[in-house]
Amino acid sequence: MAPLGVDAMALGVGGTGIDVAAVAADFPLLARRIDGNRLVFLDSAASSQKPRSVIDAMSRYYETTHANVHRGVYRVAEEATAAYESARAGVARFIGASGPRGVVFTKNATEAVNLVARTWGAQNLSPGSTKANRAVLLTEMEHHANLVPWMMLRDALGVELRFLPIDDEGNLILTDLDRMLDGVGLVGVTAASNVLGTINPVRLIADAAHAAGAVTLVDGAQSVPHMPTDVEALGCDFLVFSSHKMCGPTGIGVLWAREELLESMPAFLGGGEMILDVRLDGWVPNEIPWRFEAGTPPIAEAVGLSAAVDYLEALGMERVRAHERDLVGYALATLAANHGEAMKIYGPADVDHRGGVVAFTFESALGHSVHPHDLAQVLDHRGVCVRAGHHCAKPLMRRLGVSATARASFYLYSDTADVDALSEALFAASDLFAGV
Amino acid sequence: MTGLEDLYREIILDHYRSPRNRGELDCPPARRVEGFNPLCGDEIVLYVEVDSEDNVANIAMSGQGCCISQSSASMMTAAVKGRSVAEARRLTKAFKAMLSISDTTSVSGAIVDLHGAGFETNESRPPALGDLEALSGVATYPVRIKCATLSWNALLQALDADAPTGATEAASP
Repeated sequence: MAPLGVDAMALGVGGTGIDVAAVAADFPLLARRIDGNRLVFLDSAASSQKPRSVIDAMSRYYETTHANVHRGVYRVAEEATAAYESARAGVARFIGASGPRGVVFTKNATEAVNLVARTWGAQNLSPGSTKANRAVLLTEMEHHANLVPWMMLRDALGVELRFLPIDDEGNLILTDLDRMLDGVGLVGVTAASNVLGTINPVRLIADAAHAAGAVTLVDGAQSVPHMPTDVEALGCDFLVFSSHKMCGPTGIGVLWAREELLESMPAFLGGGEMILDVRLDGWVPNEIPWRFEAGTPPIAEAVGLSAAVDYLEALGMERVRAHERDLVGYALATLAANHGEAMKIYGPADVDHRGGVVAFTFESALGHSVHPHDLAQVLDHRGVCVRAGHHCAKPLMRRLGVSATARASFYLYSDTADVDALSEALFAASDLFAGV
Repeated sequence: MTGLEDLYREIILDHYRSPRNRGELDCPPARRVEGFNPLCGDEIVLYVEVDSEDNVANIAMSGQGCCISQSSASMMTAAVKGRSVAEARRLTKAFKAMLSISDTTSVSGAIVDLHGAGFETNESRPPALGDLEALSGVATYPVRIKCATLSWNALLQALDADAPTGATEAASP
């Protein structure tokens, strides 16, 4: 069976001003071949590839500028400190923050959530707190990173957790929001689901949370890399995201918080850098944001993240978002046309409310369900890289009634040929597991 | 798609489509053990009934997961049913040894290697793996070894008299 063509131009793909071929050429890894096949990288929601400019910036830093930060008075150390703090300023600008003092560098988005749970959470949500609002409201579609830190707080302090449900299309059900917010001190919500692709109405939720006396933490791991981000427009109090999903290196993530909140929070990890003074009978915590950055920070990684921010800003996040919206529309149309009932795709059908991830389950030509791991294995032999598993969202998997799904995810270097390669490879899987 | 047929051999696909010994057993006399592979969400529930003469009198499995985990479980139940506990343990050891060999250019080569490695001298030669050799292709896919060994680890746990029920994770292949 030959794949059916879908008119990409009619769907607007390629009309967004991103020259995908030129962008892809910036990413050295995309030139790899797998068993003679072109590498079709459809796992950017797990981690994106890196442009040459990011790789070069980190190499150049190590070759010319490396020393520890905030310590030395010599030239190289001053330059390293300037590069590190300049990265902080660049990140603040990228997310519309009023200044760099609200930007804390962490290991990743996961550590950023843990930081908030262990500091602000322990301070404000414990039974000993004088605050009236001590419950945490999360959603059924959260990644484990925005679930387990709060569950640990529940285990340790008895904090009550509540969960906003989702409907069958993968949208949050908000009709009961005001009632569920009663007594809630913090709302944790993902801006974009890593499984369903759902783009959540963060502003609406944050406004309702504020009206109920709660603060809002937004998991931006799947939104900040893919669409314009403005923390003032989002109306949130905390925003977390990871560098490695937005063309930057692994090993560094970001917690942004309103400065007055950061000021009120106790230190997280203890050590060098996070103190103003240490005596044998006590210590004085540092100013924000350094209060939350114990030990030597990921300096080269900050330099790499800064280069990633520059790369994304040069392309324009509006255009990145438009490209992915058009491409996911092309993918939904192409996969439906070619695989129809054999393929169950999760998440909203409206691409205006959906990011560039397509999670699905698949049946072979004879109607046998093909396990996502087997599917991913067959696709790999065609050079097609997709994620298979629970995507660190096991409660969501249970809600969807599946143990695992396959997931293709797009980024600024993905194009219609990648979608076509996925569709073709699925025919091979269909045949293999049908036993034909 | 050279190589894929080596992983997904017809006998494996057959066990996947038509798993043997699927179901549940009464506990007691059977022991019930659960196995999870957190990576891909594979779940195996294994029921093993060991009789007074230390034989695997009956075995059943339920659960769901990928082709490799489910067919390996099905083949395992078929292979150990009716055998002595000692034989089941030796078969498990031989099966795991097969998967720890990275170079599987030929199955016969892998089996030759088995004779020389991993078996103590006071044991008899490793048992013939028979149909289980079809799973040797998994050895070249490190991520999938956990899928293939999930049910075998559950079996070992079930055979351990100190732990009649419990859960195992595919932590060590």
